[in-house]
Amino acid sequence: MPDAPSAITRAEVAHLARLARLAVTDDELDTLAGELDVILTSVARVQQVAAADIPPTSHAVPLTNVLRADEVRPSLPRQAVLAGAPAAEEERFRVPRILDEE
Amino acid sequence: MTTTLPTYEDVLTRYEPVLGLETHVELGTRSKMFCGCATGFGADPNTQVCPVCLGLPGSLPVVNAAAIEYAIRLGLALNCSIASWCRFSRKNYFYPDMPKNFQISQYDEPLCTDGYLDIEVDGEAVRIGIERVHLEEDTGKSTHVGGATGRIHGASHSLVDYNRAGIPLVEVVTRPIPGTGALAPEVAHGYVTELREICRTLGISDVRMEQGSLRCDVNVSLNRSGAGWGTRTETKNVNSLRSVQRAVRFEMSRQAGVLDAGGRIVQETRHFHEDTGATTSGRSKEEATDYRYFPEPDLVPLAPDPAWVEQIRAALPELPAARRARLAELLGATPAEMRAMGNAGVVDLVAATTAAGAPAGEARKWWLAYLAQRANAAGVEPAELGITPAQVAEVIALVDDGTLSDALARQAIDGVLETGRDPAEIVAERGLRTVSDTGALGAAVDEAIAAQPDVVAKIRGGKVQAVGPLVGAVMRATGGQADAAVVRALVLQRLGVDS
Repeated sequence: MPDAPSAITRAEVAHLARLARLAVTDDELDTLAGELDVILTSVARVQQVAAADIPPTSHAVPLTNVLRADEVRPSLPRQAVLAGAPAAEEERFRVPRILDEE
Repeated sequence: MTTTLPTYEDVLTRYEPVLGLETHVELGTRSKMFCGCATGFGADPNTQVCPVCLGLPGSLPVVNAAAIEYAIRLGLALNCSIASWCRFSRKNYFYPDMPKNFQISQYDEPLCTDGYLDIEVDGEAVRIGIERVHLEEDTGKSTHVGGATGRIHGASHSLVDYNRAGIPLVEVVTRPIPGTGALAPEVAHGYVTELREICRTLGISDVRMEQGSLRCDVNVSLNRSGAGWGTRTETKNVNSLRSVQRAVRFEMSRQAGVLDAGGRIVQETRHFHEDTGATTSGRSKEEATDYRYFPEPDLVPLAPDPAWVEQIRAALPELPAARRARLAELLGATPAEMRAMGNAGVVDLVAATTAAGAPAGEARKWWLAYLAQRANAAGVEPAELGITPAQVAEVIALVDDGTLSDALARQAIDGVLETGRDPAEIVAERGLRTVSDTGALGAAVDEAIAAQPDVVAKIRGGKVQAVGPLVGAVMRATGGQADAAVVRALVLQRLGVDS
């Protein structure tokens, strides 16, 4: 374990992996926690230069209201749509059993 | 777990329900929220999809302007403030109904906030606070295969159709609704009904619950009198107005049963079962989802021009409540009469019939009774029955001037429904006309009296109510064109008996 307080803990990485349905081994958790820590610490440095006169933004281009008219455009042929499916059945995407909810 | 649930009345003596309703409405735009795919219901699976709604790498969403306008319309109709600046967010979750592994929604910056909707329940005015109206995209439709009843439980795999993925949705979230007491189920029902009417009036959705274009999540909690609010449960996807009512009622009883036994209510998602009217536990607490919302980087912020918002406000149609008040005044109808007409779907028809010259009371009577009955028998809405308000007004005028009795008016209406021609033509062609001329009826009355001496004897003996068979005979003899009241009076007069 690193001495300095981490930006992300091993437990948080495990939690995120579970939310993302990724099977991560214990070894990988160690590696990922270390790598993500470096990334997050680097990004956090940006916050140090963000002064009060710089509003946070989620987009690099200062634009608003990029809208399109409500017009129908052709969809993809179904053959092309299902060509990307790992499995298809009855013209639908076949997926493994979804988490049992009941 | 099979415990006996306390009765509804019993629940109310000890607990106060608090409601919260989240309603999803699919907007009736021609194309999807972020791409140009068509939105028609019932298309062949996966024929209305493209790289954007399939979440293929490199595709970018572009916001549909009509969806924004529709959401603003609804926000204004619900007395909300419209944000001058807001953003879309990514709601991250891994479930095959969204191929992108996230849904574009709005999180902490919804388009419309802080409104209200006034409804009337059992003659009482109830104000429902609206917390927010936000925009998002609908998900794909999963079919679960291999389970007993097409439910997810026990399924071996699922099949997904993404036609619905990306159709614009608005979610309307109420503030907690306390203080409804015994009326809680009716308040929930009344709110969703009114919201549906508003959406229909605004022309923003076809709001067909059976097709899923309006879906409701019902939150219920109970508190003990005087104590703070209890823990709520959220019953998902309640898909008919009646089920909304049933789900609230069931959850109230179920939660009271748990609390009575000293248990705790778990904050959880529950499923409603149409067949039994019960709810069952869904996702458990351990599975509670962590959506990790963040601003959608593929979309720029939305900043509706206040001038545009005012333009939309000015163009709003007359809303259902205002319309009902105006029509009640115009038709001189009581709230109960308005409800009866509303339930029968004839308010507009009665108004139009009145506008065509019929007295409001007569118009209401005909649409609520015979015409509603015919529509019901034919399995169509009264408006689609095949008779116009003007034709109904014409029939009513013929009754008013004595040309037709009610019985003959019904025959005239039948004729209009069969042929589509006007009542006057039907009346002329079929010779429908009340025979009230006593001279012409006299012969038929004399014949009936002569043919039934035993009945005559009874009447003369004082049993005036025995007159029925004589009146019936005269009605038959005149082909139903006599006025039964006139015939009765005439028979009794001939027999020298006071009616």
